[in-house]
Amino acid sequence: MWEMAKQRDAYGLTLVELGRERDNIVAIGADLCGSCKIKQFGGEFPERFFNAGIAEQNMMGIAAGLAMSGKTVFASTFAVFATGRAYDQIRQSIAYPRANVKIVSTHAGITVGGDGASHQMLEDIALMRVLPNMKVIAPADYNETIKATRAIADYTGPVYLRLGRSSIPIITKEDDEFRMGKASLLKDGDDVTLIGTGIMVSRCLKAAKILEKKHGIDARVINMSTIKPLDEDIIVESARKTGGVVTAEEHVVSQGMGSGISQVLSENYHVPMKRVGVANTFGESGGSEELMDKYGLTADHIVESAHDVIKRK
Amino acid sequence: MAKLDKTRIKELEEIARKVRIHVVKSTHAAGSGHPGGSLSATDIITTLYFEIMKHRPDEPGWKDRDRFVLSKGHGAPALYGVLAESGYFPVEEMMTLRKLGSRLQGHPDMLKVPGIDASTGSLGQGLSIACGMALAAKIDRELHMIYAILGDGEVQSGQIWEAAMFASHHKLDNMIVFLDRNQLQIDGSTEDVLSIEPIVSKWRAFGWHTQEINGHDIGEIAEAVGRAKDIDGKPSVIIAHTIKGKGVTFMEGSLAFHGKAADDEQLEIALKELGGA
Repeated sequence: MWEMAKQRDAYGLTLVELGRERDNIVAIGADLCGSCKIKQFGGEFPERFFNAGIAEQNMMGIAAGLAMSGKTVFASTFAVFATGRAYDQIRQSIAYPRANVKIVSTHAGITVGGDGASHQMLEDIALMRVLPNMKVIAPADYNETIKATRAIADYTGPVYLRLGRSSIPIITKEDDEFRMGKASLLKDGDDVTLIGTGIMVSRCLKAAKILEKKHGIDARVINMSTIKPLDEDIIVESARKTGGVVTAEEHVVSQGMGSGISQVLSENYHVPMKRVGVANTFGESGGSEELMDKYGLTADHIVESAHDVIKRK
Repeated sequence: MAKLDKTRIKELEEIARKVRIHVVKSTHAAGSGHPGGSLSATDIITTLYFEIMKHRPDEPGWKDRDRFVLSKGHGAPALYGVLAESGYFPVEEMMTLRKLGSRLQGHPDMLKVPGIDASTGSLGQGLSIACGMALAAKIDRELHMIYAILGDGEVQSGQIWEAAMFASHHKLDNMIVFLDRNQLQIDGSTEDVLSIEPIVSKWRAFGWHTQEINGHDIGEIAEAVGRAKDIDGKPSVIIAHTIKGKGVTFMEGSLAFHGKAADDEQLEIALKELGGA
């Protein structure tokens, strides 16, 4: 069994470390600073921490102004408010002028659970990946969140980093390399490729095990932690090698990571493909795992899709 | 700040006159743009750049410069005119406004034009950006000032009041904001579209130091900034009563020239009135 941990804890701790190392790091939140784990940064660096209150549009504008004055700004709130509520502010004041703002959202996806559809953001990847100048990253676990947080601090320009609420399996090692724009091969295989992002990567690994043990299928598993820009080389190479691709994300299937991958494949190398994700629907209240099951986001759903793809090869 | 003497005011008025000519000619050449709101803000922007702000046209990125955010980004032609007259780029470039390949976009682009501190254009966002710049100066204990101009229609946007609340909470007394109160927005009078009055008491209720001036009186503009600089612990707003289209009689108070350029005949009349070719 995998050890479990929350991505947002990794983010909060790493942000404090970055704050100690660099005095130009500034953090801003919108009344969810405790939930987003940036409160500890505020405790240690009160002069470089701001709570904008329940005013996300202003928060993004302030983040932009701070960045235009040379700060590396981390702006955090729940994914639904970070991207949907403040979309135009991100577009006009951050992406267009390439402001050095890191929008780090937490509570992305349906695993938010009981709060229901109003708080379960399933469209944020679509909103952010369409924006010119924006990078989009969804780390797979605790360890990768640490590295992604550091990597985006090193990069100059706007980034959207997508984190969840719940404890999720730790599947990468502390010394694994993370590079923005580079996917990682977690398991090689010949029969089908499973490409996951964020919370779904561990489910791809689990699906690969099921496929191997129960069905004798050798799946290749890829962690696509950078959704924009996509690592086109590994996508095409995997399609060539295995002849079929399944993508998995905790997001609506339209315009998410899977859509991006299907675009890469349709322009470069055609193979049968299936996208695992939420259909064109909002979520609802419920337990995280119950919701993942009801909305088609379990390892079994990935296994089923792999069979479908292999059948069509 | 000492009162400006008459000679200096005359000099600044002369620069503003040239800027107005740039506004009218460049929008005419572009065949589009917003002359009305550019002309209402011309005297304020001219006074800021030529009398008040510390800035270096030969070093646009100078760290200690005062910052300027044109939140009403459609007033770009006036800002471009002032930057050109200041020497940030050749005056001839004004005629490329809005044309393909030009640095002078319809709304200000900080990545393209030297001297532009913030990209704006979607109304309601500039005050937040100015707040961020003011916070950064406070963090770094830098003494430069942040100036911004808001349109009066723009304050119908909720984000303005989020930023207004934020600025007073954080005591951003290094920020001086002008409200270009020209009374008109694209669909009509601000009071007909969505009343913003009583605008002075609104700002006061949000914790701001307020003043009201004639936004075309350069002496008043400079004095108001001087008073605002002396205020400690709160941000300052200067409600500048202005006339849309100021300086070109047929554009003054005219809704038609909010978002429309002069045609050939109108250009001739306007230039005659402004005393320029």
